[in-house]
Amino acid sequence: MPTLEKPKKRDMLKIDDIHVYRGRTYVLQGVSLEVGRREIVALIGANGAGKTTLLRTISGLLRPKKGKILFQPDSQSQEIDISGASPEQIVQLGISHCPEGRGIFSRLSVLENLMIGAYLRKNRNEILDDYNSICRVFPILKEREDQAAGSLSGGEQEMLAIGRALMSRPELLILDEPSLGLGPIVVESLFQVLSEINSRGVTILLVEQNAIMALDLAHRAYVLETGRVVLYGTSGELAGNEDVQKAYLGGIV
Amino acid sequence: MSGGYIAQQIVNGLVLGSMYALVAIGFSMIYGIIRLINFAHGDIVMIGAFVTLGLFQTLGIPFPVVALAVLTAGGIIGIMIERGTFRPIRGAPQVTGFIASLGISIMLQNLGVMFLTAQPRNFSFPDYLQRVIKIGAVTFRTIDAVIMISAFCLMALLMFLVHRTKLGMAMRATAENIDMARLMGININRTILSAFAMGSALAGIAGLMWGGKFGQIDPLLGFVPGLKSFVAAVIGGVGSIPGAILGGYILGLSEVLFVGLLPPVYSAFRDAFVFVTLILILLILPNGIFGKRIEDRP
Ligand SMILES: Nc1ncnc2c1ncn2[C@@H]1O[C@H](COP(=O)(O)OP(=O)(O)OP(=O)(O)O)[C@@H](O)[C@H]1O
Ligand SMILES: [Mg+2]
Repeated sequence: MPTLEKPKKRDMLKIDDIHVYRGRTYVLQGVSLEVGRREIVALIGANGAGKTTLLRTISGLLRPKKGKILFQPDSQSQEIDISGASPEQIVQLGISHCPEGRGIFSRLSVLENLMIGAYLRKNRNEILDDYNSICRVFPILKEREDQAAGSLSGGEQEMLAIGRALMSRPELLILDEPSLGLGPIVVESLFQVLSEINSRGVTILLVEQNAIMALDLAHRAYVLETGRVVLYGTSGELAGNEDVQKAYLGGIV
Repeated sequence: MSGGYIAQQIVNGLVLGSMYALVAIGFSMIYGIIRLINFAHGDIVMIGAFVTLGLFQTLGIPFPVVALAVLTAGGIIGIMIERGTFRPIRGAPQVTGFIASLGISIMLQNLGVMFLTAQPRNFSFPDYLQRVIKIGAVTFRTIDAVIMISAFCLMALLMFLVHRTKLGMAMRATAENIDMARLMGININRTILSAFAMGSALAGIAGLMWGGKFGQIDPLLGFVPGLKSFVAAVIGGVGSIPGAILGGYILGLSEVLFVGLLPPVYSAFRDAFVFVTLILILLILPNGIFGKRIEDRP
């Protein structure tokens, strides 16, 4: 009887001791972090800790002075050091970055924003399939498809930004504070969607201020403080940690 | 003042406005995509005029072929300027770009004087382009009709490229947010280069028109169309292509009507009038007619 082969759990993204400067500011002072295949990993930390800097380095907008970023798109392929690659190459490899502040193209229509997410893809039918499935998740985007994206509400813009990031069919989705400025109900449903996206096989690295929700969603988490990882573990471990409770969970669990 | 006279002035204004609009589009596209006012843009008009002179009048190549060649030449000059100057300094403070473009402008003018002498040259198109057409009280030459119609077609083609093609979408995305465009996988070097190529091609063809319209060209001729088209782009809202087109026609029409409708003593103030128009419009609409507030990039 054929046994189902258990997939070897190998890391999809392995960040190895990266050091990143922004201008003259030494922001990331040796950060290491792993994201396993199909995992949701949260990254929490105070303002200015370097979370955005880390994500921008992963997606190629910033270059580390030192250190490696190893990415393995699928379990068959080779690990690639992407620390010197351009953002264009990195999206092509399967990492999609949904940035802080959403970064939608406000003068392009909603439909154009989604289609530009699939800029590097060729297969029209597949693109259309993905478009339709994103519209099923976020029906409002379909309703507003001809409208300028800048006219959407904040929550709708976040949906658009996530939808656009998914249009590249990423293996790894990195999100920078998707809940920023959104009401609790919208955040709740957004996190629901993220969990669904993950269950369809997309690995997620999530930066969040809302640590309670982030730990609730994620399998594992890292705590970043002034450019260094000070703590990491499973979400349960971190939620139970006294320092984390005091600093990020407002003392309540 | 008869209706016929006014109609005549309107036609003249449309011809002038077509040329301003074509040049203004390039200003706006280049500003829109990399927030650079390219002072060398007017000099591409001059190059277009000389290429026309060389190919058409000296070598006798057929007019439609020359028009295509001039478009191409303008595009190539734009590409060379971007690759040679603006790409290496990308990311530098805005003022670096201004100075660099001024430098290119002066260089192109001086190269022109060096190789072509400052002597104005006659630019006479053959009869079939100079033939006088009379419709009612309005008379114009074939070249005027060619200018108006081809400008319209080129603008329509450009709008199609920018709004209906993948490259155009990538250009608009790059103009809005370079980092985000890169995260989408857009090769921004290519979109920026395309904006330079398209804008400069239109400036080149405007040079052909300028020569045909005014009959004389010299290496410094780029200054006036450059400056006025810049004004047109600002009136329309710099960064906006429809704004540049509208600004070009507004400027062309109002300039011609100013000269044509006021007593002749005022016609010497034609250029002053252009700037008064600019100031008035900016007082009412600080971002120009179609201007969206475009914030400076850090
Ligand atoms: N362009 C820049 N030039 C110089 N320093 C910068 C730049 N951008 C960010 N920094 C600095 O880098 C540090 C980390 O910034 P970063 O944006 O990565 O923090 P963050 O953890 O994402 O914070 P937040 O939670 O507020 O988004 C901060 O001290 C910030 O001042
Ligand atoms: Mg941040």
